[in-house]
Amino acid sequence: MSLDISNWKIEDVLRSLRSRETTATEICQASLARIAAENPKNNSLITVTQERALARAAAIDRMAASGERLPPLAGVPVAVKDVIVTEGTRTTCGSRILENYVPPYTATAVERMEAAGAIVVGKANCDEFAMGSSNENSAFGPVRNPYDLERVSGGSSGGSAAAVASGMAVAALGSDTGGSVRQPASFCGVVGLMPTYGRVSRYGLVAYASSLDHIGPVGRSVKDVAVLLSAIAGHDPLDSTSAAVPVPNYVSELDGNLKGFKIGVPREYFAEGLSSGVRTQVEAGLQALGKLGCEMVEITLPHTEYATACYYIIATAEASANLARYDGVRYGYRAPGAASLSEMYQKTRGQGFGAEVKRRIILGTYVLSAGYYDAYYLKAQKVRHLIAADFSNAFEKVDAIAAPTAPTPAFRIGEKTANPLEMYLSDVYTLPGSLAGIPGISVPCGWSSAEGDGGSSSEIKKLPVGIQLLGKHFDEARLLRLAHQFEMAGGVA
Amino acid sequence: MKITEKDVRYVAALAHLDLTEKETAQYVAELDSILTYVEKLNQIDTSTVEPMAQVLHKAAETDALREDRDRQGFRQEQSLGNAPESGAGHFKVAKVIAR
Repeated sequence: MSLDISNWKIEDVLRSLRSRETTATEICQASLARIAAENPKNNSLITVTQERALARAAAIDRMAASGERLPPLAGVPVAVKDVIVTEGTRTTCGSRILENYVPPYTATAVERMEAAGAIVVGKANCDEFAMGSSNENSAFGPVRNPYDLERVSGGSSGGSAAAVASGMAVAALGSDTGGSVRQPASFCGVVGLMPTYGRVSRYGLVAYASSLDHIGPVGRSVKDVAVLLSAIAGHDPLDSTSAAVPVPNYVSELDGNLKGFKIGVPREYFAEGLSSGVRTQVEAGLQALGKLGCEMVEITLPHTEYATACYYIIATAEASANLARYDGVRYGYRAPGAASLSEMYQKTRGQGFGAEVKRRIILGTYVLSAGYYDAYYLKAQKVRHLIAADFSNAFEKVDAIAAPTAPTPAFRIGEKTANPLEMYLSDVYTLPGSLAGIPGISVPCGWSSAEGDGGSSSEIKKLPVGIQLLGKHFDEARLLRLAHQFEMAGGVA
Repeated sequence: MKITEKDVRYVAALAHLDLTEKETAQYVAELDSILTYVEKLNQIDTSTVEPMAQVLHKAAETDALREDRDRQGFRQEQSLGNAPESGAGHFKVAKVIAR
């Protein structure tokens, strides 16, 4: 029987390579076989990097044969969200405008992951330029949820989450601007981390909203996410927003003590709009955290209800500036048949961008335009300060915050596409942490019945639910410890 | 209405976006509902609040500027490699100045 790695974690790869049970080449082939079987169903990957992956696997095997010490990610098949550039491998951003773009350089996070031995097996599908909450905004088609192919994977890092959930890759990199790692992790039943703003270099992450963009790891366990974060975190001279804060060994910190740990439960996250299925699971999750010896404290984050409005002003304003570079001159699609330069810009962008990207560019340009700047953009920046202050006030009393990741489990494909505002409101629990720049992790917290499926005679499907844990700036070590021990204690059935 | 068809056309022109009639009508309706929703920010008195343009964490400030030393950049053919149209070491575009 051929090797099946669809449930493997990073330590399984390392153990089997160190004991010479198998080779990196066999593991890579198993990953590629799984991709061939699953990708046609869930559409997680836009590009499969078979040749390059096999060549790198062979190099790992030569290392192992010569008795060299294997690095922490040796031979681990990973998927990389297609907004993160990879030299020589096309990087589309899920957009028609970059359909044939082959970057001349590699992102720092990918370079560091590869230096640690990881093998990129494919570029993961995503909402166009990471703008979306369901992966339905990709020019390459939606990613389908591995647990119910009629439902969304979440977004915008839906391909990264679904590739890990369906066993194509052991781990993945995504990006999180307003919840884009945490929400799909929750929908697909995997672990996803948004690190502190500045913790991981964004050199080579195609910019969407620069004051909010983060690269974050996705894995099948908290430990795998910790291994990946240890590999990619740290200052990078090529990203002036990356912080020169020392990187602890996140893996060895996982087993520390949680006695006396205080967890805040923000009442605003359990108010109207939270589905009963998610509420039941997350409340059970809070009890499980209590059993670990944590003290649960009710807190208030009073400006939570303003986060969605605040985010969609700031993010679209930044996007309108960042996406000005797609002009059909230096790279990407160029519309044919334009008589003037200005007509070429307009047609290129009109034809090259999808509906959501155009919507956000127009909204962002509007809120920055003369006469509206103060009323919208400046106002939102002030409210952002209040939202960030809510968290710093809370962290004077508690060590971490626990809440749902998303208000519902995965919704149906097409369910929210007719109403952009309704789609935006599905990010309500991830946006505040993004605006504050604090780290947040989504960890599986059991299963819920699919909303709206009740009463049908067919078998009611169970869908994954995630619990979100938020921590102080650069406190990933303790956040991961909390998440790891929650997971080790069995989480929630 | 918070936003009119004229506004959407004006903003789309600023952003160099060619929109069809249908798209324009759709964006007017959608942006109107989004802008009505974001009005809720006006419920908060922010007269004494400083705007927050970047994440405020307590990490030591890093040097925003690298040391001014030469380093390997892209070769000309790499820089031009993705250009829709290039020639003689340049990016080519349609005529800019009309006669």
